[in-house]
Amino acid sequence: MNLLTQFLFELQAITNLFWRSLKGLRKKPRYFPELISQMDQIGVGSLGIVVLTGFFTGGVLILQAYPTLEYYGAQSNAGQGVATSLIRELGPVLTALMVAGRVGSSISAELGSMVVSQQIDAMRALGTSPVRKLVTPRIIALLITLPLLTVAADLFGLIGGGIVANQLYGLDINLYVSSVRTGTDIGALVTGIIKPIFFGVIIGLISCYKGLSTTGGTVGVGVSTTQAVVASSINIIIADFFLSKLLQSLMDSTLF
Amino acid sequence: MFDEANNQDDVDSENPENEHISDALKRRLLPAIEFRDVDLAFDDQVILDKVSFSVRRGETKFILGGSGSGKSTIINMILGLLKPDGGHIFVEGEDITDFDDVELMRIRKHIGMVFQEGALFDSLSVYDNVAYRLHEARIDEDEVEHEVTRMLRFVDLEDAIDKMPAELSGGMRRRVGIARALVGNPSIVLFDEPTAGLDPPTARTICELAIKLRDIEDVSSIFVTHEMNNLEYISSEYATLDRKGQIHYELEGETSCLINTEVMMLRDGNIIFSGKGAELRDSKDPYIRKFIRGK
Repeated sequence: MNLLTQFLFELQAITNLFWRSLKGLRKKPRYFPELISQMDQIGVGSLGIVVLTGFFTGGVLILQAYPTLEYYGAQSNAGQGVATSLIRELGPVLTALMVAGRVGSSISAELGSMVVSQQIDAMRALGTSPVRKLVTPRIIALLITLPLLTVAADLFGLIGGGIVANQLYGLDINLYVSSVRTGTDIGALVTGIIKPIFFGVIIGLISCYKGLSTTGGTVGVGVSTTQAVVASSINIIIADFFLSKLLQSLMDSTLF
Repeated sequence: MFDEANNQDDVDSENPENEHISDALKRRLLPAIEFRDVDLAFDDQVILDKVSFSVRRGETKFILGGSGSGKSTIINMILGLLKPDGGHIFVEGEDITDFDDVELMRIRKHIGMVFQEGALFDSLSVYDNVAYRLHEARIDEDEVEHEVTRMLRFVDLEDAIDKMPAELSGGMRRRVGIARALVGNPSIVLFDEPTAGLDPPTARTICELAIKLRDIEDVSSIFVTHEMNNLEYISSEYATLDRKGQIHYELEGETSCLINTEVMMLRDGNIIFSGKGAELRDSKDPYIRKFIRGK
């Protein structure tokens, strides 16, 4: 099978998985306890690393940008720069990459282990759809929690930036806050919330697909876990570009 | 005239009962599982080549064969996990060949499946594993508890009810797997190499469970294996209940004949033998002789 055929085949399989997971929402039984448990594991479980990522990203943005801004006498705009780059780009992308590493690998490894130990077959033999029971709750949990995690990362990024600006460069905190507010427009907020929804679907779908298509025993679990993280991360970066362009055009046309 | 009318009434009143009896008889005579000219190939590799066989109600069908001979494929097809390229598969009289997922889920409720390594859900306790099917059906918890205890008693593992699968030995995992498969009283049980890698006494325990299911519970089953001692036990012993409800295993003697255990051997996707265990042992076919004796 050449690369193009393999790509098309996987695209078809992932689209099919997405469709079936959506159908899982429409019919009973719905697995709400599973959804809550996944939201806890994905959302609450990832909060720590996401907050730390956001905090230090905000800090390093100020650290790198402040001397240049000071050179041009524009240090009062430091907050605006952090807000724009964090809320529009870095917050959603870095959060998604961190979650892809932590949650994507865990989903893929868990489902992959279930495949090689025949637990998925057992589930089907016992009359349960693995897509409905395992895939749908994970995708929905990611879709709900990733925007929330992104907001947390943005918030802590702005706080991190503020602390660095104030403590290292002596910028007045009120000046920083006012600059942040200038840089936070409705367009940035909408962009920053819409992107993680797509990223959540990307992580969930790719990780579940890679996990469920595991072959080759325990070695196969390792391979599919690596593939899940790599494919999720690359697709997040690619999707970010196209989403940014699309949202930019939409925002321009609706004059946000 | 009057008498004739009365007679007619009698016949009419008996008709529904007759129909009921004949329906039950028809059901009894209908094979639990039937394969008709089933083909399957992956790319150029032929897995099953026009395979036809049937499993009668209450019968245990052994499927023997080397690795890659298509044994487990047959089981996956009965469950609808694999679709044939050609031919038809009947389960409980229904042609499941073209069934969609919803219809297959309904059919799977009649089937219990025992996997090679047990395939227990690691994240669930023994209780939750056995109760899985009942929890999915949102059955009342008191009823679930009663049924789980009954099934664990059947496999003699009541003490392990609160344990996690990781705490169980290989044999215990398979017995829990059997208990899980039997919840909901399935009419068909499929065993996929349930004794592979087990020590002889534990393997014997698993075989006794299969005998008990066949003779006491009247379950139709397919027993996929490549271990000849499983066949030895199951095709030569039968289970009886004494007056106290105790189960005894007795060797087939002159007074009984195990008509409900058949053997089928597969090689490269073809059935090369079909008959009784004793006939298999007497076979002159070089491949079968080598399979039985190992040389």
